[in-house]
Amino acid sequence: MIERLGRRTVDAIKAVGGFGHFVGDLARAVPDVAVWGRLTLVQMRRVGVDSLPVALFIAAFTGVVLALQASYTFTGTVPLYFVGTLVGKTMMLELGPVLAGLALAGRVGASMAAELGTMKVTEQVDALETLAYDPQSFLVLPRVLAGTTMFPVIVALAILTGIFTGWIASFVLLDLSTQEFLKGLKLFYRFKDTWFGLFKSATFGCTITLVGCVVGLSTRGGAEGVGRSTTRAVVYSAVLLLVLDAFWALVLLR
Amino acid sequence: MIEFQDLRKAFDGRPVLEGFTLRVQDGETTVIIGYSGTGKSVALKHVVGLLQADAGDVIVDGRAVSTLDRAALTALRREIGFVFQFAALFDSMSVFDNLALGLRRRELSDDEIAERVAEALALVDLTGAEDRYPAELSGGMRKRVGIARAIALRPRYILYDEPTTGLDPVTAAVIDQLMVRTREHLRVTGIVVTHDMRSAYTVGDRIAMLYEGKIRQVGTVAQIQETEDPVVRQFIEGRPT
Ligand SMILES: Nc1ncnc2c1ncn2[C@@H]1O[C@H](COP(=O)(O)OP(=O)(O)OP(=O)(O)O)[C@@H](O)[C@H]1O
Ligand SMILES: [Mg+2]
Repeated sequence: MIERLGRRTVDAIKAVGGFGHFVGDLARAVPDVAVWGRLTLVQMRRVGVDSLPVALFIAAFTGVVLALQASYTFTGTVPLYFVGTLVGKTMMLELGPVLAGLALAGRVGASMAAELGTMKVTEQVDALETLAYDPQSFLVLPRVLAGTTMFPVIVALAILTGIFTGWIASFVLLDLSTQEFLKGLKLFYRFKDTWFGLFKSATFGCTITLVGCVVGLSTRGGAEGVGRSTTRAVVYSAVLLLVLDAFWALVLLR
Repeated sequence: MIEFQDLRKAFDGRPVLEGFTLRVQDGETTVIIGYSGTGKSVALKHVVGLLQADAGDVIVDGRAVSTLDRAALTALRREIGFVFQFAALFDSMSVFDNLALGLRRRELSDDEIAERVAEALALVDLTGAEDRYPAELSGGMRKRVGIARAIALRPRYILYDEPTTGLDPVTAAVIDQLMVRTREHLRVTGIVVTHDMRSAYTVGDRIAMLYEGKIRQVGTVAQIQETEDPVVRQFIEGRPT
């Protein structure tokens, strides 16, 4: 029992050490712009195409539900224009980044883990190294940069979509006038709401792609190993994302 | 010159190489033969630092591979072409890009790269396959693209991991000729891992047999053909026990 616990601890420390090593290697790959520059654009496109539809779809429905739930909760005791406040704040601060993040973990993180995992088990990563390329600058850096830069853009669009559908729902279903909705939206708005949500999204994008790459490149053992890596990438990045979400709330919102 | 010095490697406590020592002279092709799973591919991967030895080392032109830093290892890899046992083509890239990728790391113009790619594909009899993707190729074609990818770099050393396994006899003979020609014309030093004794006799200046983690015997083709060693005899004659 104690032995098993000890082994677990050693494994965990090894994993953290390995991760540190990985990030160090990644930093060393940065000067290699000639290699990762063009590839980053390709990946940015891919991250955008893969995650934008899902993110907008989720945000659209969330906006409607938020508006209805807010009006249901207020039941006449709170002025109805607070619906605008609630929709805006919740989308910007929490649901926009987190829901899009979870969707991204499922789509982009998983596909990166599967892709790099397949490359690993079919020795394509080895082949890359023998051709004098560094997998960190050829494979990992473009993906992580694309995730970090594209994700705030996707989330910004998701937030706008959610607020838009929230407004439509208030207008059509709750008989809340546009002026009232906007009044509520502006009421407690601070610029911090925007940058907090987008900054958080950047860290999510970075985490998800980094986890996808690390897990993908540590794949062992054929097709089954690739499958295991894929689910592992989704689970790890979803968990990390929620922990990170709580962390930023603690650090930046108090 | 490539020297394996007392190389030892175990995976999860299971030893694979147990004191592998072999010297590959410049301008020669050395063939490594041995049973499946004895560690031939593992030995080759140590030369380019894809695997790290538990003990011992590989010395390439005086450089001990395990002691090289990243930059020096990259420089070493530029001198060595590696043909993977299962081709290891980049499946998201066309045949052209598979070959061009390594060339783009050198100071070559786009025209020169296209020329070299066409030339290398012609050598493996795949002219015109530039725009196809690995998934559209047969196993043997993939293998030949893998060989072309290494040859296109015009390296000083080429390590071939079972270049003719899975090819029809005629194509295998063509690849054998190609390996002989690359050695003669480009003065490339080669290591060829194979099970195919006909190929071994055609391309090898010397043949070494890996058995139970060590080199059992190494000698010229004639020496190996006349060997008294029962283990080597059995292998080259393909006799079941
Ligand atoms: N990355 C690895 N992790 C764990 N074990 C490995 C790894 N690579 C090779 N092995 C083991 O090392 C042994 C030697 O493998 P290797 O691929 O070198 O054999 P080989 O001589 O090339 O065989 P073949 O002729 O079939 O290609 C095998 O038992 C294999 O299971
Ligand atoms: Mg092998």
